Amino acid sequence: MRLLEFQAKELFREYGINLLPSKASTTIEEGRKHAKELGYPFVIKIQVPVGGRGKAGGIQKCQNDDEFDLKYPQVLDLTIKGEKARAILLEKMADIKKELYLSLFLNRSKRCYTIIASPEGGVEIESVKNQIIREVGLGDVSEQVAREIAKEMKLDGKAADDFVDILQKLAKLTVEKEAELAEINPLAIMQDGSLMALDGKFVTDDNSNFRHDELQKYQEKTEIEERAEKSGFSLVELDGDIAVVGNGAGLVMSTLDMLSDNGGKPACFLDVGGGATTESVYEALTLISKMNRVKGILVNLYGGIVKTTVVAEAFLKAYDDKLINLPVFARLKGTESEKAKEMLKESRTKIYDSVEDAINAAVMGIKK
Amino acid sequence: MTDIFKLLRGSPEDSDYKKKGVIVQGITGAYGSLHAKNMMSYGTNIVAGVTPGKGGQKFEDKVPIYNTVKEAVDTSGAKISIIFVPAKFFLGAAKEALDAGIKLLVAIPEHVPVRDTMQVLDLANKKGAVVIGPNTPGIMIPELIKIGIMPPTPFKAGKIAVLSKSGTLLYEISDALTNSGFGQSITIGIGGDPINGTRMIDAFEMVKDIPDLEGLVVVGEIGGDSEEILAQRIIDIGFKKPTVAYIAGRAAPKEKRMGHAGAIVMGTYGSAESKVSMFNKANIPVAKRPSQVPVLLAGKMQQSD
Repeated sequence: MRLLEFQAKELFREYGINLLPSKASTTIEEGRKHAKELGYPFVIKIQVPVGGRGKAGGIQKCQNDDEFDLKYPQVLDLTIKGEKARAILLEKMADIKKELYLSLFLNRSKRCYTIIASPEGGVEIESVKNQIIREVGLGDVSEQVAREIAKEMKLDGKAADDFVDILQKLAKLTVEKEAELAEINPLAIMQDGSLMALDGKFVTDDNSNFRHDELQKYQEKTEIEERAEKSGFSLVELDGDIAVVGNGAGLVMSTLDMLSDNGGKPACFLDVGGGATTESVYEALTLISKMNRVKGILVNLYGGIVKTTVVAEAFLKAYDDKLINLPVFARLKGTESEKAKEMLKESRTKIYDSVEDAINAAVMGIKK
Repeated sequence: MTDIFKLLRGSPEDSDYKKKGVIVQGITGAYGSLHAKNMMSYGTNIVAGVTPGKGGQKFEDKVPIYNTVKEAVDTSGAKISIIFVPAKFFLGAAKEALDAGIKLLVAIPEHVPVRDTMQVLDLANKKGAVVIGPNTPGIMIPELIKIGIMPPTPFKAGKIAVLSKSGTLLYEISDALTNSGFGQSITIGIGGDPINGTRMIDAFEMVKDIPDLEGLVVVGEIGGDSEEILAQRIIDIGFKKPTVAYIAGRAAPKEKRMGHAGAIVMGTYGSAESKVSMFNKANIPVAKRPSQVPVLLAGKMQQSD
């Protein structure tokens, strides 16, 4: 899961990484209380799980009460890349000398943790030429390695000491919380030479959730997503009108691509996992029935050993139970498909031999 | 470099040539037992099962079950194991297998924490063992040996190597290939996780020198840069066998995990465009749909004639 800045900072604080005083709120009343406690000037920062906040006006300086009353609601009302504010973080303003970059991430091709550090911070790291890259195996960063990187960063005195301290703490946090990415950008050198984490990005490995009860408070899930997870499905909600259901992530992605190529707009990505049963398909239809935008359902099941009649039963039951009254365009690869077609003859579910045919029918059918 | 055919098939002088023994860890579970049966009916020589606490019993009245992998290895001499255990038990099961001398480990479980995978790979590296997966459909030489969960119908013996991150797309595309007369010499499931025991590039190294190889099909998807690295390698060594790719996830939104733990685009890293453009650079056509793969492959073969 991807933590918000203030959540990442909660972890940073717990691990002793230097931070400026800050407080998170969700209402202006709460925010006003925080403003008094912190004192002006401070920065109002929107908390959304996407980047590009500054450019979108989600980070505003605030000098006094009048500015606060004007800017807090403005920032709270912003939508950035489709994401509404989850909270507002007020953070003391700081006198910064220089901005650095520091992160640890899971290097997929090298299959190890990797440190990226740069003396140029505050911008997107992809655009920075001056990168220091160091592979660190399973994430253990010795003081010696940290010192070497500090030296390459041309840091000395207090800044170098703080850098070593922060890097080692960030590495410990990354390993212990099983993060895929822990990023401090910018990592600021203050006027007194000390270092502070001004922003924080932290992405954990969802597959390790079972070992991290302490992180579950950061989990953000809709009711539908929670139900999907319980059934062992993968669900990504999208904003189109044709729900896409299939078995296997690759197959569903592929179906999404082909639907989009044909001018269709997917309403969701729903992978029911390995085998398809009457129950799993019925549950998938139940979830889709809760999405109001859906006008039709595209089903692509590849079952080498799946009986398509078993899947057909789920559709029939869903219509019988009045769970759905939507047209279903299905490609069911498996055994007994002739029989399944016969079963569904009188229903709003149509079975096609190829996924291309099912997609064409779905796109045409929805337009009507 | 790993001689995967030696591991899977052996050499003619071996007493177990073309019937290499395979151990199934988690053979009494619902999933493990179903696929153990399916592998046996495909012709895979399942020589032992492992389920702690069920040692001494027999699976399907013939395959002995042991409490530990070590006992299974000591008695059967098998060097291959396939793991069907819940993700949270994978680390323990995999370490046990590697410590017992397993040289080819096929890791089926999905949702294995990355840290566990990295620990397993670290140990495998020290032991000189190959790990396929996790979150893989497995590996097979069609009509000879299947170590995985693939349905048998899409596959036919032949001369095309297929490497795939996805399971269902492996079936779908192999089916299309088979129907167009392209059988497969080997199919390797890379898996949908961010960290793979056998990466695309490793799988390529395993298959590129197959003497009678007639073509290569790469089934990739968004996330990571293994397709890009593979394309670069193909350029670097001047690999000339007809090669076709398919990339799933062109329409996927950014920063969303599309079912597979590894299928996520961060910025431009892992994007379909990046992969497609690298394949184009390597002069490898990228199919728009799975059904297009055999058409493009046939085209490539005509060019190289």
